[in-house]
Amino acid sequence: VLHTTRPLHTTQQSLAPVPPLPEKGGEVRHGFIPEEFFQFLYPKTGVTGPYMLGTGLLLYLLSKEIYVVNHETAAAACILTVIVYAIKKFGPDVAAFADKLNEEKMASALAMKNDTIQTLQTAIEEEKKEQWRAEGHNYLFDAKRNNVAMLLEANYRERLLTVYNEVKKRLDYQVALQNLKRQKEQDHMIQWVEKNVVQSITPQQQKESIAKCILDLKALSKSAHATV
Amino acid sequence: GPLSQRPLMEVRLGELHAWISTCSFSAQGLLGAAQRAWGSYCAKYIHVKQGGPAGISMLLAGYCLLSYGWNYQHFSKASYFRNS
Repeated sequence: VLHTTRPLHTTQQSLAPVPPLPEKGGEVRHGFIPEEFFQFLYPKTGVTGPYMLGTGLLLYLLSKEIYVVNHETAAAACILTVIVYAIKKFGPDVAAFADKLNEEKMASALAMKNDTIQTLQTAIEEEKKEQWRAEGHNYLFDAKRNNVAMLLEANYRERLLTVYNEVKKRLDYQVALQNLKRQKEQDHMIQWVEKNVVQSITPQQQKESIAKCILDLKALSKSAHATV
Repeated sequence: GPLSQRPLMEVRLGELHAWISTCSFSAQGLLGAAQRAWGSYCAKYIHVKQGGPAGISMLLAGYCLLSYGWNYQHFSKASYFRNS
């Protein structure tokens, strides 16, 4: 259930980026007394004030047996000596080691951030190149339109040619038909005329023509004998 | 700033009584005060880039004092028997 009456994100507060840690902590003197104590007492008692206060307090506690000295005091003294010696000797090395760890963490985080920024930059450039490429699509479409127009033109001309050929074929057929008809009429007429002529040559005419031919031949042979 | 919202270190001695009267002694008020005190101590001495022995040594010193105070009866009884 979403409470729609509750306003979201009304303040300017945001969790990131986190403000960086301060460089150094509060000042302490002798390991566990904060510097503010010394500054607090400085106006009234000067520099030695807190030390006098400490000595007096210590003597008072010891003399009034508010702090009893027993075996635990000796143990505490030994432990404190060892601790202070260890801190003084190994402190800087441990500090350097911790600083190195921190540095590595920071370096890896920075590297990740830089890598992400770099990837995003390259992505932006790729995007711009894609936009530039999209402009070139106009030329592509023009070329394609030209191709299509050419195909249509070629197809139209092919069909024109087909139409022309078909029409020519039909006309040639008509012409050939007429020629054939005339030829056949001519042949038929010639044959008919010849047949009639041959029929009209009666046998008597044939004898007469044969006799004439023989006479002609004799005349010719006489003229030929004469020349020779 | 106003008296009720100032932290303890900025209150003068004369105004201490008035300041104590303004702070809430309910469970929530005390818990809030304890949380704020712990938070300010951590922010000042522990959550820094280059801390020293100050952070935990003050806590250990406070623990030593507290445990001495709680066991004072035991200490005084032991010394009484030894000294006599």
